[in-house]
Amino acid sequence: MRPADLLASSWRAIRTHKMRSALTMLGIVVGIASVVLTVGLGLGTQKDVSEQIAALGSDLLIVSPGSSTDESGMRGGFGSGETLTLTDADALASEVAVPDAADVAPEKASSLSLEYGESNWTTDVTGTSTSWPEVRSRDLLYGSFFTEDDAADGASVIVLGAETAEELFGTTSVVGQEVTIDGEALEVVGVLAEAGSSGETSLDDIAVVPMTTMVERLDDSGNSESVDTIYVKAASSDSLSAASQETTALLLNLHGIASADDADFTVEVQDSLLDAATSVYEKLTVLLTGIAALALLVGGIGVMNIMLVSVTERTREIGLRKALGAAPANIRNQFLIEAMILGLSGGAVGVIIGVGLALALPSVLGSTIVVSGLALVVSVVVAVGIGAIFGVYPAARAARLAPIDALRDQ
Amino acid sequence: MTVITRDPLDVAAPVIELSGARKTYHTGDIEFEALRGIDCRIFPGEYVAIVGPSGSGKSTLMNILGCLDVLTSGRYVLAGEDVSQMDEVALASARNRRIGFVFQQFHLLSSLTALGNVELPLVYAGVAPAERRERAMVALQRVGLGDKSRNHPGQLSGGQQQRVAIARALVTEPAIVLADEPTGNLDSHSTRDVLGMLDDLHAEGSTIVLITHESDVAARAGTVYNVTDGQFVGAGTEIAK
Ligand SMILES: Nc1ncnc2c1ncn2[C@@H]1O[C@H](COP(=O)(O)OP(=O)(O)OP(=O)(O)O)[C@@H](O)[C@H]1O
Ligand SMILES: [Mg+2]
Repeated sequence: MRPADLLASSWRAIRTHKMRSALTMLGIVVGIASVVLTVGLGLGTQKDVSEQIAALGSDLLIVSPGSSTDESGMRGGFGSGETLTLTDADALASEVAVPDAADVAPEKASSLSLEYGESNWTTDVTGTSTSWPEVRSRDLLYGSFFTEDDAADGASVIVLGAETAEELFGTTSVVGQEVTIDGEALEVVGVLAEAGSSGETSLDDIAVVPMTTMVERLDDSGNSESVDTIYVKAASSDSLSAASQETTALLLNLHGIASADDADFTVEVQDSLLDAATSVYEKLTVLLTGIAALALLVGGIGVMNIMLVSVTERTREIGLRKALGAAPANIRNQFLIEAMILGLSGGAVGVIIGVGLALALPSVLGSTIVVSGLALVVSVVVAVGIGAIFGVYPAARAARLAPIDALRDQ
Repeated sequence: MTVITRDPLDVAAPVIELSGARKTYHTGDIEFEALRGIDCRIFPGEYVAIVGPSGSGKSTLMNILGCLDVLTSGRYVLAGEDVSQMDEVALASARNRRIGFVFQQFHLLSSLTALGNVELPLVYAGVAPAERRERAMVALQRVGLGDKSRNHPGQLSGGQQQRVAIARALVTEPAIVLADEPTGNLDSHSTRDVLGMLDDLHAEGSTIVLITHESDVAARAGTVYNVTDGQFVGAGTEIAK
């Protein structure tokens, strides 16, 4: 039997029972549409998350004092909180020693009470350099960040987070106002644009001052040299690992430590965020994939069910075809191809509906749905595969029918 | 009626050669022997009728001759090929190449046109579409239905449907045409029509085996075999025309 004839006879059988074929396809349509949607939703979420992480700075190295083996107790009590210094930060800013770093910002923070008139508000006040907005990917809502001159002079200036300004002044438009910390009056030169939150800490409840101001006027920890964190922004995310190696090498050298295992500091990529996001995304994907797989299973069982009905109903036709010379394989292939055509058409319609919903839903749900061409092709292939898998048993039954029994069937 | 005496010069090999043909059906524990040792030779161009009472084993014999079923014991040689030992695939091919069936219930596919139905055996023979259509058309014209080729079975009379079935039986140029009660579902007019058709085929050289329980139908054949309880009673009798 010629393949074209096989295809034609399967196609004719489907067209003869239009309503039934459409209902059989429906299961596959729903299954594939939900696959397209769930995969799209998964990819969309992944895209959203990685964009958010990119906004936070995935090209960022976080250098903190203390060894990463601290928790095992090995280096505990070494004064790990004070092993990073302003000198380290200045050295890291050198283009020669760390060529892959674009910018460096040390941070020294202290929880302090800010006062304005009758109101006061306690927040983390951070001393840093002028490169901070660039390094931490922050924009200003009003005013400007403090200048190099301010930094050099230890000027009485402060930049407030939007939430801090709101709490203290009841408004964010506060450039030019004065806040008092421990009796020191500081002029508000800028207000940061909102950045949301990272984990439990709000990125908007914050106050930023020049490092010199922090060290000389506000901080009372007694150690004027030490810093809490040094942020190193790599030239690009590609040069992140190079920047990390250079940073480690330079600090080991400065601290006079021979082996990286003995380091009294830790260089971290902002991986933890990514890890957390990835694990959420993976859980979501597993859940959605499970739902889609169930939908497809139900669709597949629908195909098998209808094919079995079809074999029973067409027993006489099968008998006749065998009497006229159809080999068992011819009969089997006809039913198998029928099931695969149902899968293919169901898959194609499902893809169309899925893409339609993927285009329509984001405006309703507010979440991104990414339609990937590969996912569409895979969906259709899966649909055909389901037709084939669930068609095998009915097709085998049809092929096994004895011609005389089949012909006698009334 | 006279006992068959063959022309000694007729050296043609038989199309059908049954020897010691037995068929036993098993229904649960019960065994039923439907054919009890039949010997029979049918030669090219013969028109044979098989008659007998209901339940005597005529359809069983027809299924065997048509390669739709296999013998429990004995030997069946069809057009020189021993069919008794064939597997399902080989039997399907033998049916396709050697046999043309005409059934009592017509057995046409309602989703296909008359032409499509006649083409069907050629589809399974793997004949290309153009040649297939042409041969099917010739067969339809032979049964006088050239103008009905596009009709579906539902748009044809019973007699016409059976003629389409005859065209389908002829289209592969089979070694033998097997007809089981081909007029069982037809009125007297259509019966005459279809029997006339078989007469014409016989006149043109086809080998025909007709199963019937009506003696006037059997009277058209050249040779009549009488089946009773799964056995031939007496020898084949030639009908004097
Ligand atoms: N598949 C089967 N299983 C068991 N017994 C069967 C089977 N087919 C036929 N028989 C039995 O074999 C015997 C012969 O049946 P068959 O159909 O050959 O009769 P027939 O001569 O064609 O009768 P009719 O003229 O009524 O069509 C019957 O007794 C029948 O009950
Ligand atoms: Mg019968």
